[in-house]
Amino acid sequence: MRGESEEEVGKSNLPVESELELGLGLSLGGSAWRERGRILTAKDFPCVGSKRAADSSSSSHQGASPPRSSSQVVGWPPIGLHRMNSLVNKAARAEEEEGKKKVDELKDVTMKVNGKVEGLGFVKVNMDGDGIGRKVDIRAHSSYENLAQTLEEMFFGMKGTTSMEKAKPLRLLDGSSDFVLTYEDKEGDWMLVGDVPWRMFITSVKRLRIMGTAEANGLAPRHQKQKERQRNNNPV
Amino acid sequence: MGLPLPSKVLEHILSFIDSNEDRNSVSLVCKSWFDTERRTRKRVFVGNCYSVSPVTVSRRFPKMRSLTLKGKPHFADYNLVPDGWGGYAWPWIEVLAKKNPLLEEIRLKRMVITDECLEMIAASFKEFKALVLVSCEGFTTDGIAAIAATCRNLEVLELRECIVEDLGGDWLSYFPESLTSLVSLDFSCLDSEVKLSDLERLVSRSPNLKSLKLNRAVTLEGLESLLRRAPQLTDLGTGSFSAEFEPEMFSKLSKAFAECKQLKSLSGLWDVIPEYLPALYSVCPGLTSLNLSYATVRMPDLVGILRRCWKLQKLWVMDLIEDKGLQTVAMRCKDLRELRVFPSEPDLDDVSVALTEEGLVTVSRSCRKLESILYFCVQFTNAALVTISRYRPNIKCFRLCVIEPFAPDHITREPLDEGFRAIVEGCKDLRRLSVSGLLTDKAFEYIGKHAKKVRMLSIAFAGDSDLMLHHLLSGCEGLKKLEIRDCPFGDSALLEHAAKLETMRSLWMSSCFVSFGACKVLSQKLPKLNVEVIDEMYPPESRPENSPVERIYIYRTLAGPRLDMPEFVWTIHKNPEVGVSNLAIK
Repeated sequence: MRGESEEEVGKSNLPVESELELGLGLSLGGSAWRERGRILTAKDFPCVGSKRAADSSSSSHQGASPPRSSSQVVGWPPIGLHRMNSLVNKAARAEEEEGKKKVDELKDVTMKVNGKVEGLGFVKVNMDGDGIGRKVDIRAHSSYENLAQTLEEMFFGMKGTTSMEKAKPLRLLDGSSDFVLTYEDKEGDWMLVGDVPWRMFITSVKRLRIMGTAEANGLAPRHQKQKERQRNNNPV
Repeated sequence: MGLPLPSKVLEHILSFIDSNEDRNSVSLVCKSWFDTERRTRKRVFVGNCYSVSPVTVSRRFPKMRSLTLKGKPHFADYNLVPDGWGGYAWPWIEVLAKKNPLLEEIRLKRMVITDECLEMIAASFKEFKALVLVSCEGFTTDGIAAIAATCRNLEVLELRECIVEDLGGDWLSYFPESLTSLVSLDFSCLDSEVKLSDLERLVSRSPNLKSLKLNRAVTLEGLESLLRRAPQLTDLGTGSFSAEFEPEMFSKLSKAFAECKQLKSLSGLWDVIPEYLPALYSVCPGLTSLNLSYATVRMPDLVGILRRCWKLQKLWVMDLIEDKGLQTVAMRCKDLRELRVFPSEPDLDDVSVALTEEGLVTVSRSCRKLESILYFCVQFTNAALVTISRYRPNIKCFRLCVIEPFAPDHITREPLDEGFRAIVEGCKDLRRLSVSGLLTDKAFEYIGKHAKKVRMLSIAFAGDSDLMLHHLLSGCEGLKKLEIRDCPFGDSALLEHAAKLETMRSLWMSSCFVSFGACKVLSQKLPKLNVEVIDEMYPPESRPENSPVERIYIYRTLAGPRLDMPEFVWTIHKNPEVGVSNLAIK
C-alpha cells in the first residue's frame, strides 16, 4: 500500500530455521507476504551506532527510507490509547498555534496494515449485515480509490480467497454494486462518499458505513443535506 | 484424626479472610472446607474471563456480591489485539442477572460491554452499588445514563480510560434528585461537556462523596464551584486546569483548595497553565498521590509543586520533569513508593528533554521505600541498572522502557544484559518485570535463573534465538503471565517446554517466528489450554505449516474452546461455520 522499502528481514540476525520459514512464506504472496512475516530489526530504527545496525551487511535498503520514528511501529512506545491521543493532540494543537502547515506530513502511524490507533485519522467502518465494526486510517490513504480498495479488501476480499487472487473488486464508488459507501460528517449528516474533494472529505469524515443501495436511495447527493440522526446499533 | 471443625466455626473464621489467594488455599484443604468457603465468598476475582464459564462461577459462589473480570490480554492496551477479538461482558451479565440478583459490584477490565448490557445491569440488580470499568469499550453515554437513572443505591461509578461513544453530556442529568449515596464518580475519559448546574446539584446532595474525577471539559470556574460544595473530597481529578490568568479566579481557586483539608490524591490537570499551579500549594503537603502525567508544564513549574509534597507516595509525571526535577523528588519525597515517568513525545526523533538514566538512579538512591517503577527513557546504561539494584533491593515492580528498540548501553555500547542481571539477582521480591533495550539471549538466562518470584514478564524487540525462550520457560518458577512481541525465536523452545504453559495464566506472542504447525502441536499436547492463533491477514488454514503466525494467545481454561471467536481467531476446535455468536456480543 505504501512505498516502503522492500528490504529483506535482517536475515543475519535470525536462527537458521527461520530463513527456511521465510523462504516458504515468500513463495506464496510475494511482497505482501514478506512484509507480513517481517520482524523489525535494529536497521529499522535510526539509532546511533547500535550493535545490530553495525553488524548488518545487507545494503538493500540504502537509499530507501526506513521508518523514521518508533511511533510508526504499532503499539510502540507502549503507552495507552488515551495517553497517546493526548500527546498527539497536544502536538497538533501546538502546530496550529505556531501556524505551521504540515498538510503533507500527516503522521502515518501504522506500518503494518493491521495496526489500529484511534484518534489519529482512524474512523470506524460498519457494514450493514456485519456485526463487527472495523477501523480504517483515513490518513494512510491518498484518494477515494485507495480508500475504496482498502474497504473492499477489508469487508469482501478475504473470504475464501488466497493471497494471489483478489475478490472481484466491488466498486463501492461508482454505484454499480449492491453496496454503497456513505459517511457521517462533523455536523452529523450522512452523505455519499465521493462528492467533495478528498482533502475536504478527510477533515470532515467522522465515520463510515457501507449500506445496501436500496437503503441509500434517500441519501443526499451533493449540496443537499438531509438531517437524520443515525443511531448505530452495531457493537464495538 | 481429630474432630472436624464445625462449619459454623469455620464460617466465622473465614469471615476474617478477604484475600482471594488465601481463600483459594482454604478451598484446597478438603471438601468440607471447599464447600464452606465457596458458600461464604463475597468478592470473586476472575483474571481471564475465558478461563471459566459464567455458570460455573455463579453456581460455585451463591453469595457473591462483587465480581471482577478481566478480558483482553494486556497488550491490547497497545493496540496489538485486533478489534472484535472478544472479551464480551454479556454472557456474564446474562447469567448473573438470573442467578445472582443480589450482586452489588461489577468491575471490568479490558472488556467489551454494550449499552444493552448496562441496561441489563441497571434493571436486574436491585442492590447495585458499584460499577468500575477500566479500559473497556463498546458502550455509549446512553448506557451510563441507564445506570445513573436506575440504580437507586449507587455509590461508585468509575469510567477509567474507556473508549466510549460520546453522545453528549446529558447522561449526568439522569441521576435522580433522590440519589444521595454517591461516594465516587469518575468520568474523566468522556469528552462531552456536562451541565455544570446538574453536576453542582449532584455534588451538593452527596455528603459521602469522597472521590470526584472530572473530564477535561470541566473548566477552572466549574472546578472552583464544585470544590466549594465538596471540601470533604479525598480524591480529586480536575478538568482542564487552564484559563486566561485572572487574579480573582486565582484567589478564588486557592481558597477553594485550601478548604479541602482531606485531599490525598490529585490528578487530571490537563492543559495546566503554570500561573495557576500555586493555587495547589495548600494541598501539596497532604498529598500522598499525585498524577501530573497530563500536565504539560516544564521542570521549574513541576519542581514548585513537588518540593512541597513531602508526604508523596505515588508520583506519575512526564519526562518533562527531567533529571533535575527528579533530584528534587529524591530530596523531598522520602516516602515515595511508586514512580512512573511517561514520555511527553511519542516520536523518537522529536525527543528533546533532559531525562536520562541518572534521574532514576537519583530517586532510587534516596527514596528507601521505592518499590514500583515505570520509566520511559531514550537510553540507559548497565551501570545505572546495577546501581539501582544495589540501592533498592526491595523493588517489586520494575518496568523500564528504553524508547529506542535495540538501544545498547549508551556509554559502553554493550547490551543491557548485565544490568538486568543485577536487577533480577538483587531484587529478590520482584513480581513484575518489563525489559527493553539491546538484549541478547544471555539476559534471559539470568532472568530465567534468578527471577523466581516474577509473575508477569513483558518483552519486546529482544533476544537472538530460541535460547531466550528456552531460558524463560525452563526457569522463572513463579511466572504466570508472559507477553512477548517482535522477538526472533521459533518453535523449538515453545514445544519443548509446553508443560510450563499449564502452570501459567497466559502467554501472548506476536510478531515472532512461531509457526502454524507448532500451534497445532501445542493444541494437541495441551488439551486444557486454549491455543488461539490470531491472524487478520490470512486464515491460518490457508498457509503452509511452517509459516509464522501473526499472534498467539495461549491460556488456561476450564471452559473449553470459546464460542465467540471472530473469523480471524483460530483454535484447533474451530468450526468454520461458527462465526461470532451474536448472543455473545449483545
